[in-house]
Amino acid sequence: MSVTPYIVLSAILFTIGCVGVLTRRNAIVVFMCVELMLNASNLALVAFARQHGDLDGQIAAFFVMVVAAAEVVVGLAIIMTIFRTRRSASVDDASLLKY
Amino acid sequence: MYALSEGAIPVVDPTAADGVFSLLWLVIALPLAGAAILLIGGRYTDKWGHYLATLLPIGSFVISLVLFISLLGREDGDRQVSQHLYDWIQVGHLDVGADLLYDPLSSLFLLLITGVGSLIHVYSIGYMAHDPRRRRFFGYLNLFVAAMLTLVLAENYLGLFLGWEGVGLASYLLIGFWQHKPSAAAAAKKAFVINRVGDIGMSLAIMLFFITFGSTSFTVISHAAGGATDTTMTILGLLLLLGACGKSAQFPLQAWLLDAMEGPTPVSALIHAATMVTAGVYLIVRSNFVFDLAPHAQTAVVVVAVITLLYGAIIGCAKDDIKKVLAGSTMSQIGYMMLAAGLGPAGYAFAIFHLLTHGFFKANMFLGAGSVMHGMNDDVDMRHYGGLRKLMPVTFLTFTMGYLAIIGFPGFSGFWSKDKIIETALADNWIVGLCALLGAGITGFYMTRLMLMTFFTEKRWEKGVHPHESPSVMTVPLMVLAALSLLGGLFLLNDFIQEFLAPVVGAVPHEDPPIPALGVTLLAVVVVAVGVAAAWFLIGKRDVPRTAPQDVSFVTRAGREELYGNQVNDVLVVNPSRRLTTGILAVDKYAVDGTLTGGPVAIGAVAMVARRVQNGYVRSYALSLLVGGLIVVLALLAVNLA
Repeated sequence: MSVTPYIVLSAILFTIGCVGVLTRRNAIVVFMCVELMLNASNLALVAFARQHGDLDGQIAAFFVMVVAAAEVVVGLAIIMTIFRTRRSASVDDASLLKY
Repeated sequence: MYALSEGAIPVVDPTAADGVFSLLWLVIALPLAGAAILLIGGRYTDKWGHYLATLLPIGSFVISLVLFISLLGREDGDRQVSQHLYDWIQVGHLDVGADLLYDPLSSLFLLLITGVGSLIHVYSIGYMAHDPRRRRFFGYLNLFVAAMLTLVLAENYLGLFLGWEGVGLASYLLIGFWQHKPSAAAAAKKAFVINRVGDIGMSLAIMLFFITFGSTSFTVISHAAGGATDTTMTILGLLLLLGACGKSAQFPLQAWLLDAMEGPTPVSALIHAATMVTAGVYLIVRSNFVFDLAPHAQTAVVVVAVITLLYGAIIGCAKDDIKKVLAGSTMSQIGYMMLAAGLGPAGYAFAIFHLLTHGFFKANMFLGAGSVMHGMNDDVDMRHYGGLRKLMPVTFLTFTMGYLAIIGFPGFSGFWSKDKIIETALADNWIVGLCALLGAGITGFYMTRLMLMTFFTEKRWEKGVHPHESPSVMTVPLMVLAALSLLGGLFLLNDFIQEFLAPVVGAVPHEDPPIPALGVTLLAVVVVAVGVAAAWFLIGKRDVPRTAPQDVSFVTRAGREELYGNQVNDVLVVNPSRRLTTGILAVDKYAVDGTLTGGPVAIGAVAMVARRVQNGYVRSYALSLLVGGLIVVLALLAVNLA
């Protein structure tokens, strides 16, 4: 069985996520795009594991899921705090930490 | 007569101190304790400190007197006593003990320093009565006395150097005592710096002594002196002369002495006339075992001395500041002592003789000048004096004693001592002798000028000045010193001083002088009389203008400018050093600092541009992350495909 379609789908999802991160201003959307990129890479990992016939990639995918879950907890909390203090979830407004 | 054969160089060969001589250390310790108590005790000693500070040198004087009498009771050959206090420096081959040497030479100095010093302490009680920093003044005076006693009692050159630097320090502190006056602060600095030049000579000489003889002790060096080469001895002599020039204000290091008159008058009397400035003469006489073997160095001493004795005398003629006239005369008189010291065994004893008599009459006149200033609201300009003899009878009479002594009026102390020097100089070299005679004539001129302008002629006082006689605490020391000025010649009675000093400096050789002694004496008296008469006709017979006339001869103008000594120093030393420091400062600022700070500054400039990357937008960070990732991936691909 060929894994090419899965890899292609993974690439498409990754690109969509990447463009989303770079172009969108709403922090929630940017965050979702990051999740999309993580899941695209998960898909690629699982697909390659299948191709190689071992479990390494799948285990890596589990790790990514755990990290993503933790990241969501922290990230959403940060976004919530920013929104509460600034009444805006735009990432461009939160640009105080600069030169 | 001491058994030493003529021409032989005496050696220092002391016996250990016992009996009354074991008190020797107390002579130094008493004033040193006084200085410590007054300077550390602070304001708790304000009330009684000056009395304590006066009593302690008197105590030293009493001990010195007892020691002197005990020394006289000993045999001629047994008059050198040393006391070992403790081991001072022991490093490798260098073994210097804190040893004291008491011999006829130091015994005379002890009497002079503690005697005149005590009188000046007493005088200062009156003179400094209203000074808010009186306690400190007396503390410094005691420190000076202790240092000077260390200088003359040390048994080795290093101990002598300790005292040498000690008097330098005390002199600095006392010249700049009225530190609120910028001129006093500058004068103190000047004295200190010029003295450092002389100290270079001293320290080099000490090092050379150690290299050549492996020791700095007088005993060791005087025994081994014959073994060194002539060149070494000449270099040693010249280095010691440099040291002596610095301390004794001899040409070419004379410039500090006149400025040093910024200090309180008792300081001028004690340090810059009677004792400290004579340290150079002491050094040369003490180092007779070096100079006797270094004829070239002796010639240098004589040349320096003759230049200085005329130099100081010319300055004395032109100055209107009473203290500066006396300072010029001090330079000149120390020139006489150096001259005698440079003439070898024939002159050493007379150098010390003149040093003692000069110590008496110059201290007398300086204190007299202080008394005059005291009555004239601290005005020092003689053009504002005049006719003071009736209002200050005691000051006038005592000053007259000093005056007659310094010009060499027959019978007074200065007559005997100066006459002996002129006689010895004429016997040695007629040019030197004639210069010494000329100096005596000029001395007669400027001292008469001072007397006339101060005590005679018409009144030229400033408004609101009411001259009055000083309190007896000031006039009694004057009377004692006046008596000594009159009677100081007694040292010469029965050739006492020559024979007393012979174990230290060698016997005075007996030669038939080219001119009989009586002839020289008459000649000297005639020359002095001419000088006095010139002053009488030029100053006493005319009106003295209240401001110094400007249309004067070149010589007078040069004399007022101290013969351009300061200008020469400025051109030769001060300005080049200033330029050098300015140059070094510029190099430091632009080359060294430029290199060191230039690098960080450049990095900072780059960072100013580079920090614009940190713009705070998450998107731009994400983009740079992406670009970075892409570059890594592409690089991996390129490597793998290649």
